Amino acid sequence: MDARKKILKIEGLERRFPAPDGKGETQVFGDLWFDVKEGEFVCLIGHSGCGKTTLLNIMAGLDKASGGHVLADGFNVEKPALDRAVIFQGHALMPWMTALGNIDFAVASRWPGWSRDERRAQCQKFIDLVHLTGSEDKKPAQLSGGMKQRVGIARALAIEPKILLMDEPFSALDALTRGSLQDELLGIVAARNQTSFMITHDIDEAILLADRIVLMTNGPEARVCEIVENTLPKGRNRSDMHTHPNYYPMRNHLIEFLVNRSKSFKQELAARSYDPKSPPTVRPGAPSDRPNKVAS
Amino acid sequence: MSDEMKERIKAIAASVAFLGLFLLAWNVFVTAQNGPAADMDPELAALLGPQAKGQSALPTPGEVGAEIWSHVTNPFYDAGPNDKGIGIQLAYSIARVLTGFGLAALIAIPLGFLIGMSRLAERALNPYIQLLKPVSPLAWMPLALYTIKDSEISSIFVIFICSIWPMLLNTIFGVASVRRDYLNVARTLEVTPLRTAFRVILPAAAPTILTGMRISIGIAWLVIVAAEMLVGGTGIGYFVWNEWNNLSITGVISAIFFIGLVGMVLDLILGQAARLVAYAE
Ligand SMILES: Nc1ncnc2c1ncn2[C@@H]1O[C@H](COP(=O)(O)OP(=O)(O)O)[C@@H](O)[C@H]1O
Ligand SMILES: [Mg+2]
Repeated sequence: MDARKKILKIEGLERRFPAPDGKGETQVFGDLWFDVKEGEFVCLIGHSGCGKTTLLNIMAGLDKASGGHVLADGFNVEKPALDRAVIFQGHALMPWMTALGNIDFAVASRWPGWSRDERRAQCQKFIDLVHLTGSEDKKPAQLSGGMKQRVGIARALAIEPKILLMDEPFSALDALTRGSLQDELLGIVAARNQTSFMITHDIDEAILLADRIVLMTNGPEARVCEIVENTLPKGRNRSDMHTHPNYYPMRNHLIEFLVNRSKSFKQELAARSYDPKSPPTVRPGAPSDRPNKVAS
Repeated sequence: MSDEMKERIKAIAASVAFLGLFLLAWNVFVTAQNGPAADMDPELAALLGPQAKGQSALPTPGEVGAEIWSHVTNPFYDAGPNDKGIGIQLAYSIARVLTGFGLAALIAIPLGFLIGMSRLAERALNPYIQLLKPVSPLAWMPLALYTIKDSEISSIFVIFICSIWPMLLNTIFGVASVRRDYLNVARTLEVTPLRTAFRVILPAAAPTILTGMRISIGIAWLVIVAAEMLVGGTGIGYFVWNEWNNLSITGVISAIFFIGLVGMVLDLILGQAARLVAYAE
């Protein structure tokens, strides 16, 4: 059992929206229970439309839950706060500010009392960290997609948040750029022991980055199907990850979920017991790596 | 020479050629009308002025050119209420337009900001704005003269009322359509509402606001001529009216030239300002 502090707790979370026909409400998701521990990297995968962005917005404090709550560091999340940084699906950089200006806007919000020089030093540290040295004075329109998302990462990290929340940050990038950004993010997060929660629908991204992967079924009325523990050891990297004996069991398990089980979860539920408060934890592995399932 | 340069030179050459053709046609048209003098009762001839002598009512381009030149060389003379240099008259009009426009901006932009930030206010006030916007500004003139009883302030009021709508509507629209993403970034950074207004909403909406200001100043410059014709006294509108009363078509045409010139400069200034706040997404 992992003894680390649960820094983020999702307890019985539900979100309803008015139904499109104007009558009643549809539940996008409900009865979500999971947590993120200190220093842990958790990914959540699910099909488009199952409510991932809505969930992340509630976790960030940008949207309100219809039921249940999110606890960040023991406190109920009611509004956004500087200890939870968000990297948005679109980069969400202010186009009238330079790369440096965007990061400085965040740093000045975090530490209003800092002098210009102190802020500048903090910005530069994170610009260097994401390898944007030399592009400080460029406007977002002059940057490539990958560079824009790098600025987004630097802006989120520069406020030194307790929790980093990411909504498919690399989904708009080409495969090569995405790969190198994943590597960089992995390195940065590991070096800083940064608690992170990322939404994705890219299986390899989840296997590379996550310690645990939350599987969310299709909406409406989406649920947490199960939580998959990454059986590939830490220190993973993209170039040799696929040679590990547990890689294909992990990958196949996740594909099986996305292709079949995410749709038919309700039938699956009828056939077995399911406690939403502690969804089953699964450790897909090579036959030698049994037991396959452990209770959480 | 680059293709871009070639294109530009071609365009300038075509412009000059077009102007030359236009002046030539104008000249031919006017001189063709200047037939031999007909026999006519001298009293009637005196009444009809130049037309009686078989001359065209229109001046030649040369006459207009000379008139414009005389205005350019001596723009600020003042020989009594009905005879002031065109520079003085333009200055009166520009001062009225800038005062009315400035006051309108001072009210429209902050007000539009507040309305744009609230969906409720936007919906509640939109019907009134839509009702008042299409009213010709000159329709306000009697009301202004009656209540204010000062022709100077009345014409400024008319400029104010015609400039306010485009700026108000564009500010509301610009503020209301700031991308949600930018506001969410500010919220996750716990930025105060005032700082969000100045650092996020204002720069995001600035290009739309500037477009509104540009439309406003164009309308204000159109309206001031009509307003001054009505109110009289000073200004380029009064100047045109006075030239017409003196049957000086040369004066009227040269005034048209200066009105166009000033309008163009006002638009250029705001166009430059718009470039300063523009951004690429
Ligand atoms: N403001 C809203 N009003 C009504 N329905 C919404 C709203 N936001 C999201 N939804 C609905 O909730 C569902 C989940 O949306 P979203 O969280 O964006 O999904 P995902 O990020 O997983 O693709 C969608 O079916 C969407 O139509
Ligand atoms: Mg989404």
